[in-house]
Amino acid sequence: MKNLRFLLFHFKKNPLSVIGLVIIVIFAIIAALAPVIAPTPEGQFNPYMIPRDGYGSTPQPPSDTHIFGTTQGQYDIFYGVIWGTRTAFQVGLVVIGAVLVIGIILGSLAGYFGGIIDEIIMRITDIFLAFPPLILAMAVTIALGASIESIIIAITVVSWPSYARVIRGDILAIREEDYIEASRGVGASHLRIILKHILPNSIYPIFIMASLDIGSVVLTAAALSFLGLGVPEGYADWGQMINFARNWIVGTPTNTFAYWHAITIPGLFIFFFVMGWNLLGDSLRDILDPRLARR
Amino acid sequence: MEFRSYLIRRLFLLIPVLLGVSILIFGLLQLFPPYQRAMLYVTDPRQLSNIDEIIELYGLNAPVWQQYFTWLGQVFQGNLGWSKVVGMSVTDAIFNFLPATLELAIFSTPIIILGGIWLGTKAAAHKDGLIDHTTRAGAIVGWSLPTFWFGLVLLMIFYGYFRGLFPPERLSTAMSVLVNSASFTRYTHLNFIDGILNWEWRVVFDSLRHLVLPVITLSVVNIAFIMRLMRSSMLESLGRGYVLTARAKGLPEKQVINKHARRNAMIPVLTVSGYIFAAIVNGVVITESIFNYKGLGWWAWRTAIQLDVSSILGFALFSGVLFVLTNLVVDLLYAKFDPRVRLGGGVK
Repeated sequence: MKNLRFLLFHFKKNPLSVIGLVIIVIFAIIAALAPVIAPTPEGQFNPYMIPRDGYGSTPQPPSDTHIFGTTQGQYDIFYGVIWGTRTAFQVGLVVIGAVLVIGIILGSLAGYFGGIIDEIIMRITDIFLAFPPLILAMAVTIALGASIESIIIAITVVSWPSYARVIRGDILAIREEDYIEASRGVGASHLRIILKHILPNSIYPIFIMASLDIGSVVLTAAALSFLGLGVPEGYADWGQMINFARNWIVGTPTNTFAYWHAITIPGLFIFFFVMGWNLLGDSLRDILDPRLARR
Repeated sequence: MEFRSYLIRRLFLLIPVLLGVSILIFGLLQLFPPYQRAMLYVTDPRQLSNIDEIIELYGLNAPVWQQYFTWLGQVFQGNLGWSKVVGMSVTDAIFNFLPATLELAIFSTPIIILGGIWLGTKAAAHKDGLIDHTTRAGAIVGWSLPTFWFGLVLLMIFYGYFRGLFPPERLSTAMSVLVNSASFTRYTHLNFIDGILNWEWRVVFDSLRHLVLPVITLSVVNIAFIMRLMRSSMLESLGRGYVLTARAKGLPEKQVINKHARRNAMIPVLTVSGYIFAAIVNGVVITESIFNYKGLGWWAWRTAIQLDVSSILGFALFSGVLFVLTNLVVDLLYAKFDPRVRLGGGVK
């Protein structure tokens, strides 16, 4: 509790983190109200597919029917970015949730039992960490086929090892505390010690730090779908919308910025979303960093 | 522990990791159907018409462990399969595309590392001053920029608006004709170096002009990362006793910062150089795909979207092994120069 109050105190002192929080809350509202802000057209089965207005390739400028204009293939940009916010939260939350579950299970097994179990789990993380993450994620995505689930699995596969390592380190430090020794002395089972004594004392900083990584997870996911891997064509996803716009960076002979909207608008959504998390994280990380804490 | 025994221990530990890397790649391969896996054993385009024969020959319907050893044997012979996207063997393709990527890395890496260290030092030295706040804001913006979007916006301005000032690809058409002509000797396949060696300044100029935007795109995000790291490590170092001593004996502030504080603060930057390497490889794929800059990253991207299994897995294996070796070299250098690392009896 003391920690939490300390956190809140520093948090309120830092205007940047408040701005970050405001940005994230706005995005959360957009995601929650997506069906109201950008209603799915009648008769469309899957709301995550962006409605098209014809099949022409040239992006159209903003107009009354398409307030952000359309991108290549006449996909409506407004609908795409609004529902893309939902996709972003989905990918971010599911990946971080999955990574935490895997990281906590493997990290606490390794840290608590040590010895051969620790050695095996840590060597496995070494292997996964031996690849540049994007390359491994690309290989996993194409192996699983085009869908939003493939992207989620691919990013989970490349991110769990670093969490497992951090959690293991924290548990190693706590394992030697007197109160753990005491509960072992009164005959508590391993499972009980891990669940009731070790995890509650180590988990909360990890939990906060992990949730702040949602920004970078979404950035990686957007990079994958920008490269044309992962989501099926027309799925509401910011990265893919930038991919649609990439052939239109050079405008018409009379207007060099004729298609600016197609590239700029989805980019700004990604940028602000990621920046919201980074602003929030920038101060929280300083506060949570044990080497800098309480100075 | 002696350096030599540390070295031997580290080399020994390399074996299980590399073995694991190969198993992971092979495991991914198993997710593909046999006719796609067969591409990994092809050495000659004429074999492409006889995929069934290859499936038979290399036992691609045999038990998995048998296939693994067949595959590993092929890898040790340097055969990573056939890259159907570029119509050459995967090994040839790697060597063919490597120079372009090297050229990009040669320009970006010093900018990223030196720029990040310099900005981080400046920010820490003027903590809470104007420079600190500006660079800090810049770092947050830079760190949040989607690389792929930033590169496209640069292209929109410097290629679209300024009418081809900084174009995509590696060379203009005229220059690539010149480079491939008989009178031009390709010593290194790095265009700007070959240009200098051939005394062809037009080639040097043209290749540099094509490098400007990719180098900026690749550098911005990573500079932000190093700058933040350097700033916090520099702040920690400035609070230490040896800095106080240096100041107390009346050394000029510049010398205190540049010699006493900065040298110690650079250690964390050295420890993450493995991470920086990975970040550059990641960035290379995205950057090269934006600028149609035909290097390793571009090739990896093209092969990934066309489901060219042998190429993408070959590239993953190549970059994985390179990454493991880079980390090894970093750790060894670290142990060589900082004896404390070895005293602990190895690495964590």
